[in-house]
Amino acid sequence: MSKAPPITNVSDLMAIAYQIEADAVQRYTVLAEQMETHNNPELVKVFRDLARAEGLHAEEIRKLAGDEDIAQRAEALRGWSRGDSPEEVDLGAAHYLMTPWHALQLSLVGEKRALDFFTSIVETTKDPKVKEMASEFVEEEAEHVNLVYRLLRKYPKPSDSWSDDPDTPLAQG
Amino acid sequence: MSSIEPRLACKPADYKSNVNPIWCPGCGDYHVLMSFTRAFAQLGLAPENTVVVSGIGCSSRIPAYTNCYGFHGVHGRSLALATGLKVSRPDLTVVVASGDGDGYSIGGNHFLHACRRNIDMTYVVMDNRVYGMTKGQPSPTTEPDFDTALSPGGTGLSPFHPLVIALASGANFVARAFSGEPNETANILVEAIKHPGFSFVEILSPCVTFRPDERDWKSQVHPAPVGPTSDPAKAARRIMTDDGFNIGILYRGARAPYRPKIANATVDLAELEKDFEL
Repeated sequence: MSKAPPITNVSDLMAIAYQIEADAVQRYTVLAEQMETHNNPELVKVFRDLARAEGLHAEEIRKLAGDEDIAQRAEALRGWSRGDSPEEVDLGAAHYLMTPWHALQLSLVGEKRALDFFTSIVETTKDPKVKEMASEFVEEEAEHVNLVYRLLRKYPKPSDSWSDDPDTPLAQG
Repeated sequence: MSSIEPRLACKPADYKSNVNPIWCPGCGDYHVLMSFTRAFAQLGLAPENTVVVSGIGCSSRIPAYTNCYGFHGVHGRSLALATGLKVSRPDLTVVVASGDGDGYSIGGNHFLHACRRNIDMTYVVMDNRVYGMTKGQPSPTTEPDFDTALSPGGTGLSPFHPLVIALASGANFVARAFSGEPNETANILVEAIKHPGFSFVEILSPCVTFRPDERDWKSQVHPAPVGPTSDPAKAARRIMTDDGFNIGILYRGARAPYRPKIANATVDLAELEKDFEL
């Protein structure tokens, strides 16, 4: 995961926060499409819901930015660091038989990384305005982490045989 | 890369078609598609002047998922198609997509000569060291001890070494990327497309279905410890002695790309048709 770039103003912070949410929307949408293709409707709904939630967060940040085109600013800042942005879930972890529990585990990792990301900004910035706004993002990300934990109560961990497939593609191998 | 001025404000999503990929969930090729669209957006390529050409295999489905022109060709012949296209339409940006089976086995000979010709295009090979679409046969880059029902006891054959072969054959740009780092891969693709001549990018792209062990690549890849060299012999030595997981641009050559002596076709289509009259 990327480390926090040196953020010197609130506009850059909002742009990066926006990009983090937009990247998450993209990844969840890709996962929803994968599950649609592989006929896993329960997961389609979970990933679509997660994409919708992240999209709402992105929209809130965009509104917060007022007239400034933070989407464009975010695109310009995209190369700020090596690696994924904090809430980009690992597409490589997907499996055609995965369950909502697995989806939420992926989401939890992303939310915790976002929490760490904004916390590191709060701890390192010297700009009081950046600190104040980053602190708000920390609060929001903490809420998201708690929300995922609450959702996980609804979807307990599946048995170890969750990936058993009577018609495995590995049959030849 | 073509010299056409980039259009304004194309976003990565603008380069993605409305066709949903049918790769297996977890496949590295999803990330590669993401890297393609990010690279195209970063370069501001006009979709109508960009062509993605491919052969056959899982990775070769990628033209259908991009919003540029595409040509899903026959097995192993993507470079032959792309060569004809680029020579006749040098104004286009041509990106060729392949896999280790398509590109190094049936297309192996085209690979050598495409490197040698050094035509200005980018060749991306998504290497998962297995034939995924046909259910897990060993490919030219498969390890000798890959023991399955289809290759009992393993093939016992040394794997093909594509990056060194590319260098020896004259490729002008050689890089290795990892699909699980889509931003870094996009940056490498940007440099490859911008570099004049034949650019070769091998992307390690796990096949989670037939090579689930490749999920571990994420923890094995690392940035190349030194920057690219312009000395092919030095680059070859580095690549031959690395662990196969060095990521980054490894070689940037300065060889002038091939350009046909006749810049524009001057033969009228009607004239050509006469040659085929019965």
